[in-house]
Amino acid sequence: MIYVENLTKYYDHFCAVDRISFVVRKGEIIGLLGPNGAGKTTTLKMLTGYFPPSDGTIRVGDYNMNDHSLAIKQMIGYLPESSPFYKTMLVYDYLMHVAGIRGIPPSGRLARLKYLSDLCGLKDIMHKTIGELSKGLNQRVGLAHAMMNDPEILILDEPTQGLDPNQIVEIRNIIRRIGREKTVIFSTHILSEAEATCDRIMIINRGRIVADGDTKDLKLSGQGTVIHMTLKNAVFDDVKKTLTDIAGVEKVEKADPADNGLVSVNITCRAENDLRELIYQKIKTTDWTLMDFHQEAHTLEAIFRNLTCQ
Amino acid sequence: MKTFIQIMKKEVADYFLSPIAYIVICIFLIITGWFFFSTFFLFNQAGMRNFFALLPLVFAFVIPAVTMRLFSEELHSGSFEILLTLPLTLGQIVAGKFAAGVVMTGAMLAPTLAYPISISFIGDLDWGPVIGGYIGAMLLGGSFAAVGLFASALTRNQIIAFILGAAICLTLTLIDKMLFFFPASILNIIEYIGADSHFQNIAKGVIDSRDLVYFISVISIGLLGAHTVLLKKQ
Repeated sequence: MIYVENLTKYYDHFCAVDRISFVVRKGEIIGLLGPNGAGKTTTLKMLTGYFPPSDGTIRVGDYNMNDHSLAIKQMIGYLPESSPFYKTMLVYDYLMHVAGIRGIPPSGRLARLKYLSDLCGLKDIMHKTIGELSKGLNQRVGLAHAMMNDPEILILDEPTQGLDPNQIVEIRNIIRRIGREKTVIFSTHILSEAEATCDRIMIINRGRIVADGDTKDLKLSGQGTVIHMTLKNAVFDDVKKTLTDIAGVEKVEKADPADNGLVSVNITCRAENDLRELIYQKIKTTDWTLMDFHQEAHTLEAIFRNLTCQ
Repeated sequence: MKTFIQIMKKEVADYFLSPIAYIVICIFLIITGWFFFSTFFLFNQAGMRNFFALLPLVFAFVIPAVTMRLFSEELHSGSFEILLTLPLTLGQIVAGKFAAGVVMTGAMLAPTLAYPISISFIGDLDWGPVIGGYIGAMLLGGSFAAVGLFASALTRNQIIAFILGAAICLTLTLIDKMLFFFPASILNIIEYIGADSHFQNIAKGVIDSRDLVYFISVISIGLLGAHTVLLKKQ
């Protein structure tokens, strides 16, 4: 659906995006992750045709961005980062205006608006001016704006930024609903969001793609599993010695809250095997009291931090 | 074509749904009406020459005030980004906004049609120069709107856009009255650049291709300038 090759963008001498290439298949929901200033927004802006890349090519479907940017823009719905819509216009007037530009025939505009207003929950604010809307409502108008002509591809730049937890869940649900039929690319720096919504995750750092894969695979490729354990009547050195003997344990570290004679440890295991049973059997043979024992879920956070911290 | 009209409709609606249009039209009518009618009965002539003599100077201030927001506001609020990611070419955007400026000029001039109509009741009005005057006024208004649009594309600050636009329009209006500042070798060129003489030619009722070419050139240069500046901004 989208083919990007060697995409590069320089702002004066600063290289914001550095020769990235990727392919987006039809119907995928892709999360673009990365720290601030990594090049997420710049990449999205080039995909939407807001500005041309310094180098590289973008193809969407059968069209090339250089020659057929209008056809591509017609296929893409875009929600920019801060949703800067005309503040003095009514929501209704604005969406009608967009419908006009998108080439929806006048007879179909009202029906389309009704559909979008149901989908994005705009019924009560249709006759308010955009300037007086809260951030979350503004974002919903943006979503309706982006989906006006039922585009094949939706590009959303930090769609949940500045929203309250309820609204975040709502927007996520909308994205997932749309994603069943459409291709969705969205950027975020909230990892749990990407995890909850995306089929595929792409992590960008300093203008380069540092990780790209299915959400599940990416999580498994991480640093192995971490088991957290708190013991009573134990000494850290003994615990370390005992546990390191188990095959598959890579590292045993002291964790922070070691007070009241308790010993807390983090055990890092190799990713492929579940060692909980073995560790428990081992503990049973000692006279330590087990206060707490849990395996931390695979998180993107560790992967993300590892890939993007220098 | 449809999208171009959509842009124009939005801008015109913006003018008339906010106080801008009414304030600008009122001020325009008060200034031109006052200066025209304060001496009208002294001359005792059934004509509109004094009205059209004054028009370029008034337009030089009023039209940049109308056009100053067309791009500056979009650049300032960031909505320009949205405009560029909709299926529109930059040419359509510029043309649509320019057309809105021209419509606004027409809306300013329309109420003044009451002058020739009332004059024709009290005297023997020669309609030729009046019709020429209105055609010239639309061409002049269009030229200044193109200049104002160019100024507006240059900056995200509306006040700077206004001052810049008004300065260029004022220069075009007054330059042929300051010919003594320039060396003799370029006098012809300077005289041709002045908008006032071209406008007054048409306002006499003589529509000469040279004057038409002048106004069409100013409009083209203004719009092309705006287009180029916006393209560079990307």
